[in-house]
Amino acid sequence: MTTSVIQLPNGVNVDALLGAREALTEAPAGAKFVWRAESEWKDGTHTESKLDGFFGLGEEQRHVREFRYDTDHPEIFAAEDEGPTPVEMILVGLAGCLTGGIASVAAHRDITLHSVTATLEADMDIQGILGIDADIRNGFNGITVNFQVDADASEDDIASLVAQSQKRSAVFDIITNPGDVTVNVNQ
Amino acid sequence: MTVALGPQSRRPGTIDVIVIGAGHAGLSMSYLLREAGIAHLVLERGKVANAWRTERWDSLRLLTPNWQTRLPGRPYDGNDPDGYMAVPELTRLLEDYARGMPVQTDTTVTSVRHRDGLYHVVTDHGLWRARAVIIATGACNQPAVPRIARDLPVSLKQMTPFDYHSPDDVPEGGVLVVGASATGLQLADELLTTRRPVMLAVGEHVRMPRHYRGRDIFHWLQRSGIHDQHYQEIDDLSRGRRLPSPQLVGSAALPILDLNHLQARGASIVGRLAGARNGELLFSGSLGNVCALADLKMQRLLKQIDPVADADGAPPPERFAATRVPGSRRLMLRPEQDGIRTVIWATGFRPDYSWLQVPVLDRKGQLRHEGGVVDAPGLYVLGLPLMRRRKSSFIYGIEDDARDIAAHLQDYLSYQARRQAHELYQDAKPG
Repeated sequence: MTTSVIQLPNGVNVDALLGAREALTEAPAGAKFVWRAESEWKDGTHTESKLDGFFGLGEEQRHVREFRYDTDHPEIFAAEDEGPTPVEMILVGLAGCLTGGIASVAAHRDITLHSVTATLEADMDIQGILGIDADIRNGFNGITVNFQVDADASEDDIASLVAQSQKRSAVFDIITNPGDVTVNVNQ
Repeated sequence: MTVALGPQSRRPGTIDVIVIGAGHAGLSMSYLLREAGIAHLVLERGKVANAWRTERWDSLRLLTPNWQTRLPGRPYDGNDPDGYMAVPELTRLLEDYARGMPVQTDTTVTSVRHRDGLYHVVTDHGLWRARAVIIATGACNQPAVPRIARDLPVSLKQMTPFDYHSPDDVPEGGVLVVGASATGLQLADELLTTRRPVMLAVGEHVRMPRHYRGRDIFHWLQRSGIHDQHYQEIDDLSRGRRLPSPQLVGSAALPILDLNHLQARGASIVGRLAGARNGELLFSGSLGNVCALADLKMQRLLKQIDPVADADGAPPPERFAATRVPGSRRLMLRPEQDGIRTVIWATGFRPDYSWLQVPVLDRKGQLRHEGGVVDAPGLYVLGLPLMRRRKSSFIYGIEDDARDIAAHLQDYLSYQARRQAHELYQDAKPG
C-alpha cells in the first residue's frame, strides 16, 4: 500500500479530472457507472473472481487487461489459503481508494507527495459468522487506518488531505453507510 | 410614496418593477429603487418580515452582532451594539424601515410568467405587469427534509424547525436532532435545559468560535475581507453556496456552542443519519472524519484571520480543543428501546419557487443566476447564500448586493426603454 514519488503533480492528471467534473456537471448521464465482477467457485472456500469490463461515460469500457483475484481463507479455518480472505480484500479496497484520493487531492492543492503508506486494521469477532452469538455482527466492529504521509506541506494541510480524501472516497462511503444488496439465483 | 394600506390599497396595473417579499432583502431593494427613482411595488404574502414572525423559534437571535444589523440608509443606532437581536426586535426594525415604502402586504404571489415582454405577476389580489421582477423571498421557505424521513418508524414524532417554537412543542422523552448547523445545535442546547435525553446526528458542519482574539468572529470575517470575497473568486462556488450555517448562537452568555459544549452538557453525538430500516435508525461511520474536517477548516479560517488581528494589535491567537468524538460510536438506534420519541430535522432549508413559471430552474430546482442576475432578462434574485459575496445571506450583507443588482436593473430598464423607442421610431418611419 505504498504510493511513491512521481513527476507531474503526484502522477495525477488534475486537468483531466477537473475537465471530467466540468463535463459531467453538464451531462450527468455520463456519470452513471456500473462496475462488474465475475466469480467462480473453485474448491473449498476458494473462489476466483475476474474483472474486465465496466460501463461508464455512456458506453461499455474495458480495463487495459483482465484482472483475476483468488480469495480463500487461511489454514486455521481449515482452508487451503489460495488467496486473501474476502474481508481482507475490503481493506485492500479501502487502502487503494483513500490513498488514490490523497494523491488526487494533493495534486489539486499543489502539494508534492514523497511517500504515502498506510497500515489498516479491522476488528472482527468471528462468533458472529460462526453463529455462536446472535448479538455479534458478522462484519468488522471497526476499521483503523494509520497513514504516514511525507509531503511538502504543514501537518494541518496533510491532515486536511487525508480528511478530504475520506470525504470523497467511494469505499469509505460504502463501508460507513448502509447500502443495498440484491442477490438473485439461477435467473 | 404611499404608506402600506393593506390588500385593497393599490389597483393592479403595470409598473416598472415588482419586488416579491418584504423581508430585509426586499425592503433594502425598495430603499435603493426609491433612491434611483424607479417606480416599484413590494408584494408581501403576510406582514412585513413575515418569515421572521411566523417561521422562527422563540429563543432565536441573529447570529450577527447588533452593530452589523444594518440596512441601506439605516445604521444600527441602539445602545447594545455587541448584543444579538431577538426576532421581535428585528421585526420592529423592519416594520419601521418599511414605513413609507410601497409595500402591499397580505398579497400572495401565485405565479409569475413572462408574456409579451412583460412579467405577469398573478396574486390573490389581481394581476400586475412589470418590466422587471426581483425575487426577494429568501432561501429558507421550506425545511429541507431528506427522503429517508419516509422510512422512519411511525412511532417517532417528526418535526421541523417550522413546527418548533420552544421545548414545550416537543413530546416528553428523548429527542434526536438531525443536523449540526446553527439550528441543530441551538435546538439541542435548548432541549437539554428540559433535562431530557438529546442525541445529535452530525454530518458535515462549520465550526466557529463566537469570539476570537477579543472580538466577535463577525468582526474578523468582515475586517479580514473574507466576507467581502466575491463569488467569482470562490474556488468551488456550488459547495460554498451549500455550506451549512456556522455553529453559533446569538448570545454573549454562551460564548461557545459546539459539539464539545453539548457533550459536556450531556448530549450524545452520532454520525450523519444515513438510513432507517426495520424500525432501526442507522448512522454513518464518518463521524470522526466530519469532526476532523470541521476542526481543520476552523483552524484554517482562524489562521486567515491572524495576520489582520496581529496588525490590529489584538490579543494573541487562541486555539480550540479538537472535537471530542466518543470512543465507541453508536451506529444504530432503536427508538423505543433507546428512549427516543421525537426526531427534529435541522437539515437546512430550501427556497420555494413553485410559483415561478419562467424556465430558470436547474435540475436541482435552484435558480440559474449569475450573481443574482437570473437567466431571464429583467429577472433578479436577492438574499441567497454566497449570491455575490460571502456575506450575501447576512443582513448587513444585503446592501452591497442590492446596490449591484439595482445598478444592473437600472441599465436594463433604460436599455429596454431605448429599444422600445427605437422600435416605435422604426414603425413610424415612412416606408
